Amino acid sequence: MTGTAYVKKIRSGEARLWPSRRPPLTRLDIELTERCNNDCIHCSVNRPAGDREARAREWGAESWKKLLDEAAALGCLVVRLTGGEPLLRDDFGEIYIHARRLGLRVMIFTNAALMTPGLARLLKDMPPLEAVEVSVYGMKEHTYEAVTRTPGSFDAFRRGLGLLREHGVPFIVKGAVLPATRGEMDEFEAWAAGLPGAAGLPSYALLFDLRSRRDGRKNALISSLRTDADEFVRVSRRHGEEAVGEWRDFCARSGGGRGGRLFSCLPSGGSAAVDPYGRLQYCLGLRHPATVYDLAAGSLREAVTEFLPAVRDMRSAGPAYLERCGRCFLKGLCEQCPAKSWAEHGTLDTPVEYFCGIAHAQAVAAGLLEPGEKAWAVTDEAARTKRRR
Amino acid sequence: MSDKIDLDRIYAPSEDIVVREIEGEIVIVPLVSGIGDMEDELFTLNETGRDIWNKIDGSRTVAAVIRELAEEYEAPAGLLEGDVAGLLEELLVRKMVVEKE
Ligand code: SF4
Ligand code: SF4
Repeated sequence: MTGTAYVKKIRSGEARLWPSRRPPLTRLDIELTERCNNDCIHCSVNRPAGDREARAREWGAESWKKLLDEAAALGCLVVRLTGGEPLLRDDFGEIYIHARRLGLRVMIFTNAALMTPGLARLLKDMPPLEAVEVSVYGMKEHTYEAVTRTPGSFDAFRRGLGLLREHGVPFIVKGAVLPATRGEMDEFEAWAAGLPGAAGLPSYALLFDLRSRRDGRKNALISSLRTDADEFVRVSRRHGEEAVGEWRDFCARSGGGRGGRLFSCLPSGGSAAVDPYGRLQYCLGLRHPATVYDLAAGSLREAVTEFLPAVRDMRSAGPAYLERCGRCFLKGLCEQCPAKSWAEHGTLDTPVEYFCGIAHAQAVAAGLLEPGEKAWAVTDEAARTKRRR
Repeated sequence: MSDKIDLDRIYAPSEDIVVREIEGEIVIVPLVSGIGDMEDELFTLNETGRDIWNKIDGSRTVAAVIRELAEEYEAPAGLLEGDVAGLLEELLVRKMVVEKE
C-alpha cells in the first residue's frame, strides 16, 4: 500500500465523486411550505402565512425526517430547503438538524426576516456547508415594501441579515428587477460588494415565472411585471459583453432541439423536488399531473429510479412543438421547458412566447440571428455558431 | 512510525463529522464548524485511506490496525506503518478522529 494525500477535499460544486456510477439521487429540493410572511407582487408560490388549510395539509417534521433518511440512503448529498418561506415553520430547526446529522449539505432559500438569534447560532455551530441564499427586494423601506406588500418587512429583513453577519454565517444575496427596484441596481451591487464573502456580482430574478399551481389569481400581475426582451438584453449587458459571449458559447455547445424530446434541462440521475404535501416532481415548477408522484403511496426510491426516468423520456407529438422547439437551435438557451409550458398553458409542450422572444433577442445580440429571423427556420446553425466564436 | 502517533493508542471517528458510504466511496461530511477550511467542503479518502479508515473504529490500537492490514495484504507491517500514521495525522489535523481514553 502506498499513499500521499489520504484525505481529499471536494468543493460542493465539483463533487466528481462518481466518474462512472452516480447515486440515483444527488440533490433533493424540498418546498417546506407555500406560505410566506411576505406577499411579493411577483411571487409564483406564496400563500398567506396564516393559511390554515395549507398548514394542515403540509407534511410534519416526522414525515420530512423519514424522507431525508431515504434520500441519504440513496446517496443524496444536498438538500435545498425552500418555500414560500421555510423559516415560517417552527420545526425548521428540527428538520435542518436531522438533515445535517445525516451528512447532507443544506441549501436554505429565505427572505431572512424570520431569522432568530437561536437559528443563526445553530447555522454557525452546525454550518449548512452551503451559503444561505437571501432574496433582497429593495434597498430602501419604500421600494422593498412596494415589492413585499408587507409593512415592517424591510426592518425584519435587515434584522435577519444582521444576525447572519453577527454570527459569521456565510450567505449570498439575490436581487429582483421589478418596477420598484429597477433604479436601484447600482446601489444594490455596491452594497452587495461590501458584504462579507462577496464574490462577483449578485444574481437577479429577471424572468418571472407564472404560478405553477395555475391558480390564475396573480398571473396577470406577474406578466405585467416581466422584463421585456430588450430590457433583458440591456440588463445582461450592463457590465460588458461577457453574458452575450456566454450565450453564444452555450448555443455552440448545446445540441439544440431534439425532435419530440421534452426535457433537455436535466442530467440523468440527480435531482428531484418535493412539494409541501409530499408530492414528488422533477422540479418545483413542474406540476402537470402526469409528472407528479405521490410519495405517501410509494417510496422515494421508486420515484427516482422508476418514475422520474419515465418522465425524462416523455416526448411531444404536438405539431407546434415539433415544428418549433423540436428543431430550434436556441433550445436550452431558451427558458421554455415543460414546467414553463405547464404554468403558462396547462400543457407540457406549448412554446411560451415570452421566453421565445427573450431567447431570440439574446440570439440577435449574440450575432446568431438577424432581427426578425426565426431560430427554428435556420438550417445553418452550426456555421453561425462557429463563425461567431 | 511517526512521532505523533503512538502504536498503543486507540482512535475513533469524531462525533463532529458524519461518515457516509456512497457508491463505494467514503465521504466525510463536517457536522460542526472548524473541520474544513471553507464552508462547502466535503472530504473523501483515497483507496489506501479507505482500507485503513474502516479499522479506525475505537476498538483497535494503532498496532492492531497495522497488524490486521498486514495480514490482509500479506505485506510486512513495516511497510504499512507509514500509511497508517500518515492517514491518522491528516485526520487528527482535521479533527476527524479523536483519541480514545
Ligand atoms: S419572500 Fe419569496 S416566497 Fe415570500 S412572497 Fe416574496 S418571493 Fe414569494
Ligand atoms: S426559442 Fe422559441 S422555438 Fe426555440 S425553444 Fe424557445 S420557445 Fe421553442
